[in-house]
Amino acid sequence: MKFTRREFVELSGACLVALSGRKVLAVFTGAKESEAASTGEATSTKKRLGMLIDTKKCLRAQNCTKCIEACDQAHNIPVFQNPAHQIKWIWEEPFDDLFSPAETQYLEKDRKDVLTPVLCNQCDEPPCVRVCPTGATWKREADGIVMMDWHRCIGCRYCMAACPYGSRSFNWVDPRTGLKTLNPDFPTRTQGVVEKCTFCAERLDKGQLPACVEACPEKAMVFGDLNDPQSEIRQLLASSYALRRRPELGTGPNVYYLI
Amino acid sequence: MRDRVWIVAGLLLFLAVITYPFWHGVEARATSQPPVLVLPAHEKECVAPISYMRTSHMKLLLDWRNSVVRNDQRKYVSYDGKVYDMSLTGTCMKCHEKKGFCDRCHEYAGVGTPYCWNCHVDPALAEVKRP
Amino acid sequence: MFMVEKALVGSRRYWLWVGGLLAVIGLSFIAYLYQLSHGLGVTGMSRNVSWGLYIGQFTFMVGVAASAVMVVLPYYLHNHKEFARMTVLGEFLAVSSVTMCMLFVFVDMGRPMRVFNVFLYPQFHSVMFWDMLSLSGYLLINAAITLVSLHAEQSDLHPPRWIKPIILLSIPWAISIHTVTAFLYAGLPGRMSWRTPIMAPRFLASAFAAGPALLILLCLLLRKLTGYDVGKKAIQGLSVIVTYAMAINVFFILMQLFTAMYSNVPGLTEEFQDLYLGTEAHTSLLPWGRISLLLMVVALILLLIPKVRHNERTLAAACVLVFSSLWIDKGVCMVVCGFITSPLGTITRYVPTLPEMTITLGVWAVGAIMVTVFYKIALSVEIAREAPAAAAYEFAERSAAAGHAEILSSPGATGGSHA
Ligand code: HEC
Ligand code: HEC
Ligand code: HEC
Repeated sequence: MKFTRREFVELSGACLVALSGRKVLAVFTGAKESEAASTGEATSTKKRLGMLIDTKKCLRAQNCTKCIEACDQAHNIPVFQNPAHQIKWIWEEPFDDLFSPAETQYLEKDRKDVLTPVLCNQCDEPPCVRVCPTGATWKREADGIVMMDWHRCIGCRYCMAACPYGSRSFNWVDPRTGLKTLNPDFPTRTQGVVEKCTFCAERLDKGQLPACVEACPEKAMVFGDLNDPQSEIRQLLASSYALRRRPELGTGPNVYYLI
Repeated sequence: MRDRVWIVAGLLLFLAVITYPFWHGVEARATSQPPVLVLPAHEKECVAPISYMRTSHMKLLLDWRNSVVRNDQRKYVSYDGKVYDMSLTGTCMKCHEKKGFCDRCHEYAGVGTPYCWNCHVDPALAEVKRP
Repeated sequence: MFMVEKALVGSRRYWLWVGGLLAVIGLSFIAYLYQLSHGLGVTGMSRNVSWGLYIGQFTFMVGVAASAVMVVLPYYLHNHKEFARMTVLGEFLAVSSVTMCMLFVFVDMGRPMRVFNVFLYPQFHSVMFWDMLSLSGYLLINAAITLVSLHAEQSDLHPPRWIKPIILLSIPWAISIHTVTAFLYAGLPGRMSWRTPIMAPRFLASAFAAGPALLILLCLLLRKLTGYDVGKKAIQGLSVIVTYAMAINVFFILMQLFTAMYSNVPGLTEEFQDLYLGTEAHTSLLPWGRISLLLMVVALILLLIPKVRHNERTLAAACVLVFSSLWIDKGVCMVVCGFITSPLGTITRYVPTLPEMTITLGVWAVGAIMVTVFYKIALSVEIAREAPAAAAYEFAERSAAAGHAEILSSPGATGGSHA
């Protein structure tokens, strides 16, 4: 029998209930939830959106930050000089910080320091969703996007502690103070909520690609449905070796790096 | 008996103060105007009957918000069969302006400015370079 | 409200102390309003170190709250009569510390107006939901127990029978609050220094050392300032508990140290390099970690010597060491340690800012004022009951005159100076 983490968490929850002898009801709702989840996983008609970043193509255009600019523009991401307050949905990090340092030991320095885009991995088992006390972040059943509801977030930042990728940012100050122009197509956020990339859920609904994918001049980012064997992303993953960030944590990241 | 004048004056003042809300109401009814709302120039119909909009537009907005953010439904079919994108900035603000419409009525009704504008962008502001 | 009038009589020094605390609360309230309008950016926290002093203090106070069980359990389950006069003090301390916990969480929230979302949209898979639930439950249970037993004592009756099961329930519940708080950290995949099953046991061990140490100090001060004596036997009993708990706590740390250093897995050693050993880059926590460890070891050695334990002066000194070392360990280092190295390997310094420290101090002042008032009420009830009817009057008078009792006995006096 496979004992998933979700079941484990629910079981511990149930034990807590039994231990203190209250909210017996919660056990039943918990049990129902897990039933729904297991039947949901059995049907594979659902999408699982994912992204593949070809670092070789990305390397061809050093100093290119078009994906980041497109995202910042599309989502009203403020610019703060103080690194403590920065908001990042997609940003770049030196290549060797993405993966275990041991693996890049003998890499040439300038290969090591190649700036590589990072963003929310839209995990299969997102720890941020597991810990959120209000359901302000959740995993969308239909396509697997880890969504944010900025109307509900209470700003406790538990999700930031939980995310093993540093993909979440908190609005330490009013974000509008860091914006020169406002894009009316997407709301800004407000002081005191957490935010992150949502694979441009609002653009996908209109049939568009994520802003970063669309903006990449090298076509280094491939976006698609990982559940569809015919999709371009699956074809690429079938024929080449790709890495994911910290897969050993069991979070099931859906952003792949071709190296 | 020199105190009498003070006592009477005090009583009158007290009466005046305590009945002030009443007089204020009378005065207000006589002089107040309903707010002059800037209505859309080229449109005749709102997304729902006007009586509904007048009383329940906040409920409609919250329904839209839940439907978009949590249920991934972005289309709204109005009572007269038109299809709208469920968006505060993208739809309401296409026809209405914030300052002359929403704000004016909210000010009149004493509800203050809804906190939605902390995040949702008033298109009139969007063009302006901010400091 | 219930017996509040007893807290409204007191000497000049009592009022000076209460007034001082109120002034601190007022000042920190202003700091909080500043934080509310300018955002949590006025604190030292950052994108990488996203929890800091507030959540650290919260964790530490959960421990102090849970430690009430260390007087309740021996008294009710093992019939240790010598703890009779101490239990109500322990329970009042628990009520005050849980309140502080809640305040610390509240001041840490980005959008406090939306706090009810936790109950409007409960998420059973979130440990934080369970933590909130267990903390509020613990507050209610202890408030009920203290009120009912004080009331009974005041009217010289036996407490009603229905309270007994609630008291028994408070024992596992106390364990649960700190266990769930440990789960808050231990269940996160990406934070290596927290992700260890020893988190909950170590939390409990350190709690059962720090909490009773504080209680000992409070009792000694009460005796010195009001003449109210919980009894030498009670203090000695508690000091044994502190000793055992501290020994277990240090033992747990050594187990963690061995596992990390001998296995030499980078994710595990990192924590101890940050705290005790030091590397070129990791410096900001180092002094705190080292001081804390040193104080812990000294305190343990002192406590292990029977002579030191039996002498109340040296015992008090040891208790101060226990409390402050664990305050640093849990209230400052533990939380920050999980964030110092970001998931992407960046090392971020964290230094609390002035508004942050003011707000923290204010929450401590709230706790101090609660303890002061509660203890005053408890003492006037106890003393009135125990003194012969004729002397009761005089006694009440005297205790009022000596009402400054609580000046040093509040946790604020010990904790505030570190903040
Ligand atoms: C913390 C910032 C924030 C606040 C405050 C806020 N919203 Fe939103 N709102 C958003 C974001 C972000 C979206 C997501 C937009 C998307 O996915 O297209 C959104 C989406 C919506 C949508 C649907 C899509 C759209 O573009 O309008 C509605 C309707 C909406 N909000 C209504 C409201 C109302 C009404 C209020 C005030 C009661 C409010 N919001 C307050 C941030 C906010
Ligand atoms: C297609 C253009 C259009 C859109 C889109 C639209 N409105 Fe309207 N709205 C109107 C018109 C025209 C009226 C005046 C109708 C009348 O007077 O009969 C109106 C009236 C109203 C009124 C009542 C004003 C009064 O006189 O009492 C409210 C409130 C209102 N709208 C709110 C909204 C909100 C909120 C939205 C977005 C959910 C919205 N409207 C979207 C055109 C629009
Ligand atoms: C005819 C007057 C009127 C107009 C025009 C109007 N509102 Fe309102 N609005 C109200 C009143 C009155 C309330 C308060 C209702 C209550 O508190 O029950 C309200 C409340 C709201 C709320 C809820 C506020 C809260 O704090 O819960 C939102 C959101 C809102 N309006 C949005 C809008 C928007 C957007 C527009 C412009 C498109 C608009 N309103 C135009 C009268 C108006």
